Amino acid sequence: MSIPAAELTVGQDIGSVTIPVTRQDLVRYAGASGDFNPIHWNSDFAHGVGLPGVIAHGMFTMGAAVQLVTDWTGDPGSVIDYQTRFTKPVVVADTTAQPGLPGAVLEVRGTIGALNPEEATARIDLTVTFEGQKVLVKAQAVVRLS
Amino acid sequence: MTINPDLQGRSYPAGEVYTVGREAIRDFARAVKATHPSHYDVEAARALGYADLVAPPTFAIVVAQRADAQLITDPSAGIDFSRVVHADQRFTHHQPIVAGDELVAALHVDSVRAMGGGAMITTRAEISTVDGVRTATTTSSLLVRGEEQQ
Repeated sequence: MSIPAAELTVGQDIGSVTIPVTRQDLVRYAGASGDFNPIHWNSDFAHGVGLPGVIAHGMFTMGAAVQLVTDWTGDPGSVIDYQTRFTKPVVVADTTAQPGLPGAVLEVRGTIGALNPEEATARIDLTVTFEGQKVLVKAQAVVRLS
Repeated sequence: MTINPDLQGRSYPAGEVYTVGREAIRDFARAVKATHPSHYDVEAARALGYADLVAPPTFAIVVAQRADAQLITDPSAGIDFSRVVHADQRFTHHQPIVAGDELVAALHVDSVRAMGGGAMITTRAEISTVDGVRTATTTSSLLVRGEEQQ
């Protein structure tokens, strides 16, 4: 992958993506990641600890959102730094009985937040929203451009 | 349960070796809805210059959370896992993780701050290969909510 840094400008849009999320996605993420906290798959448990319902793993949201960046660079290994704060939970409704219907929908948009021509890196700022509210804050990925 | 304030500064040495398998990378990539061929197809990964399948950017969390488990399950830490909420996360990649890597993670408790009836705990996992090559540094802040907190 090689994106000519000279052709990029701060503030430039790198695209957007809509990510549907189901309870099954959370179970799959639990299995793949080893994070079996029941707040991510059991309603009674989630309510019992004061949450509004089953919530997505913050790491699911973080992991899914960065695909916009790696699809743009064309190389998943180009991400040298990636950080976020998790500010609002993504509550995923149980749509098990309605196949094809998501339990939550994430909207991801990426813009170039900074460019470092000397190191040939770019910082991509991600805006990730659920029901119109930001769920990730200061979601920033630094990528190598060559 | 109350968080042990003496946790700050504590370290847990690298524990069991985590061997990065191809199927683990494929399963994780599917789980975060990653579609790039280099997560699934060895030839596609080699075409990008990797020795084998390359892991998605957040795969290191699998290794880091195993290291975190040492702390969370440590009875002297006083952490109720069911009240843990992930507050922030950072990955710094020194080199991409690829299938076949044998990784170890040393865990450091960088800070413990009281927050309401709970606490914010920041941990750092230094992930390296068994040969000592630095692979990734992950930093996680976990909010342990107090019993009275919603």
